[in-house]
Amino acid sequence: MKRIISFKLNGEDVEEYVQDNITMLDFLRKQMHLTGTKKGCGEGECGACTILLDGAAVDSCLMLAVEADGHEIVTIEGVQQDGVLHPLQQEFIDKWALQCGFCTPGMIMSALSLLHENPHPTELEIRDAIAGNLCRCTGYAKIVEAIDSAAKILEKEAKA
Amino acid sequence: MTLPKFDYIAAGSLEEASGLASQHAENAMLMAGGTDIIVLMKDRALTDVKTVIDLKKIPDLEKLEFVEGDGLHVGALTKLFAIQTSSVVKEKMPAVADAAHYVASAQVRRKGTMAGNICNASPSADTAPILISMGAVVKTYSKDGGREIPVGEFFTGVKKTVLEKEKGEIVTEIVIPELKSQEGSAYFKHSVRKAMDLAIIGVAAWIKMDGKKVADCRITMGGVGITPLRAFNAEKLLKGQEITEDLLEKAGVAASQECSPISDVRASAEYRADMVRVYTKRAVKKALETMKA
Repeated sequence: MKRIISFKLNGEDVEEYVQDNITMLDFLRKQMHLTGTKKGCGEGECGACTILLDGAAVDSCLMLAVEADGHEIVTIEGVQQDGVLHPLQQEFIDKWALQCGFCTPGMIMSALSLLHENPHPTELEIRDAIAGNLCRCTGYAKIVEAIDSAAKILEKEAKA
Repeated sequence: MTLPKFDYIAAGSLEEASGLASQHAENAMLMAGGTDIIVLMKDRALTDVKTVIDLKKIPDLEKLEFVEGDGLHVGALTKLFAIQTSSVVKEKMPAVADAAHYVASAQVRRKGTMAGNICNASPSADTAPILISMGAVVKTYSKDGGREIPVGEFFTGVKKTVLEKEKGEIVTEIVIPELKSQEGSAYFKHSVRKAMDLAIIGVAAWIKMDGKKVADCRITMGGVGITPLRAFNAEKLLKGQEITEDLLEKAGVAASQECSPISDVRASAEYRADMVRVYTKRAVKKALETMKA
């Protein structure tokens, strides 16, 4: 079956005609042409497809598109504001936290969710938050550094 | 890997969900977080599903409430992440928060539920051993009113439970009794990776002391049988005794002899049995260390 669902996508209200048996991941990539969300394993193992569902990082490959009805979805495309990169995105660049870049959108979405829930994470908490995001290039050290550094920048911005 | 064809229905009430589940019986699949069933459907491990019944729009199923003198009430839609991060759960029954934290990844725990974890009935489900050891009870709804099932009697086989599909039986809540004075509990999972990995084995212990002696205890082993298993012989050895290193070793050996593991890609049967020995000791020790005064 197909049905119309309405939800918020990257800050905008959308209404879409959606097939029952399509995952959020395939819906985003194929129907909305938002290809920043990557398809890795399709089984919730690699985290490349991580998005925010009502502010919390989830694997979009383990979600049906129809489940979004009435909810709010943010993908990597919705993280920058008016052309300005989010501190997490900027720190990933400045700290060289990516090589091939395939895991990066998922990493950033997981990190966003973490910083939203816990603005001052320890290194262990950062590692725990991205344990469901596989990176085969960096060895994670630079990623953890970038997230830690972004947390500090956000804290400074909040105080200013 | 695409999903097979099915119809999706977001039920608005337990009555509606139960009616639909009973009407579609073998071709219906109930969904809470969906993190297990979506993978199973993609992998064609679930082949008969024609109707997916989403429970998420049903009101009042997402509670996480600690009632003094009673215990922790976990709704069918309460996410593992909420249990893991709840300061009340961490304070009142830390082993339950630990078990929730052991499941998969943060992304899965933010969508997946404890009720779903047990309904999926994997022999290595991380929340099952601690629920059994703590004497938790599953509450269900069905057209004849529903019932209360001890988690220890909930599993009947790999991916099989006592839930009656033809009656449209739905888990609504899990109730975990509070730890009273002189009671403690612990759960350990042994896996290669800390996250995203299935347990090689897991052991949960609940213990009640009477001064220096063990008044009662329940030890549950995960990943070493077609369902989580109680280590009754190990429990018998501990009851009425003072805990010593020697006694713990004997209990560990007893547990390792009463489990029935298989060899697979994760570990050999022999290794699993030996790890049951080690983790039985660790779980009982930690339950004692974290005991309520």
